Amino acid sequence: MPRPIANEPSAAAAPPSIGKIFTAFALIGISSFGGGLVAYLRDVVVDREQWLSKDEFLGALEIGQTLPGLNSTNVAIIVGRKLRGPRGATAAALGLILPGVAVLIILGLLYVRFHNNPDVAAALAGVAAAAVGLLLQVTLKIGGRSFLRPKDLMFIIPTFLMVGVFHVSLAATLFLLAPIAIWLNRPESLKKKAPAPSSDPEP
Amino acid sequence: MKELIELLNVFAMLSLMAVGGGTAVIPQMEHETVAVHQWVSSTQFASIYSLGQLAPGPNMSMVGIIGYHAAGAAGFFLVLFAFYFPACMLTYVVSHIWDSYRDNPWRDAVQRGLAPITIGLMLAGVYAVGKTASFNLDRPLWFNGVTLGFGLAIVLLLFWKRINPAILILACGAIGWFVLR
Repeated sequence: MPRPIANEPSAAAAPPSIGKIFTAFALIGISSFGGGLVAYLRDVVVDREQWLSKDEFLGALEIGQTLPGLNSTNVAIIVGRKLRGPRGATAAALGLILPGVAVLIILGLLYVRFHNNPDVAAALAGVAAAAVGLLLQVTLKIGGRSFLRPKDLMFIIPTFLMVGVFHVSLAATLFLLAPIAIWLNRPESLKKKAPAPSSDPEP
Repeated sequence: MKELIELLNVFAMLSLMAVGGGTAVIPQMEHETVAVHQWVSSTQFASIYSLGQLAPGPNMSMVGIIGYHAAGAAGFFLVLFAFYFPACMLTYVVSHIWDSYRDNPWRDAVQRGLAPITIGLMLAGVYAVGKTASFNLDRPLWFNGVTLGFGLAIVLLLFWKRINPAILILACGAIGWFVLR
């Protein structure tokens, strides 16, 4: 029987069962063709099941985007944990991932078997060319006005060159650039301590 | 066995380096799996990546197919585990203690600082897949014209209208079947 546990239940109601969590996320995992998973997650978690309020969901998304890993699986982990602790998080993540994995097992086996067939190779060339367009569109959409801001280009271009062209390892690139980028965006309170152009007296 | 350990190393590392989402690790993944370990060819990488866009759910589960190419069924599941588990674990633990940092001003600094780096990585991902799939000097010029045209058409279509990208990808596959040979 589902029994309320003390892991930050978001509402007064008893948290959903593990099976219910798995099913809800598996439905997203199986129906979300073409990306944009966060929107699907929001629909189910906030609107349909009302497990999280709008603000709680935005909070979860903020964490999910800041931490490494896929935004969608990170959000699933956070929502699952809030509902049912470790087992809830596991059920949510597996629910989200497994349907796609099942589809990919089939696609993968077909690919391994037929990728040398000229018909299939021609279709795959089209599919791959389309995937590049999709990735570029997402990049331009997320990048938006960053591509016009010198302060952002100062990091976009070196990152692109280091990782994309010169194959500097991702770890090295992140450790070199991220501290500078984060420092340049440091909290205002710390900026005041730095020598400012105004006539602040030395501390 | 050695191959499995290499797969584990590469994909667990990528898992923890995926700042701002899975697409950020595509350039590094392409380099590691094609040039360094030669688990797949660059054409295979591009195809496998695009198969991932056709499946529902997180669009990075296609990493399993790379694992399959390298080490069979065991490789498939090991790579999925290595790619998802470390980041999920980290999120689980950190989101637990997150509330105490909710108002920490550094959180905003991290988010805003990493944003342009993520964009640079995504751009590098476009280049990593595009140099094989969109503009490939081993192919005739007309072929490159068609593949570049597909990409540009999709960019424009998606900015113009909200269309499910999976449909566009399938459409390009269907046209490719007749044209790209």
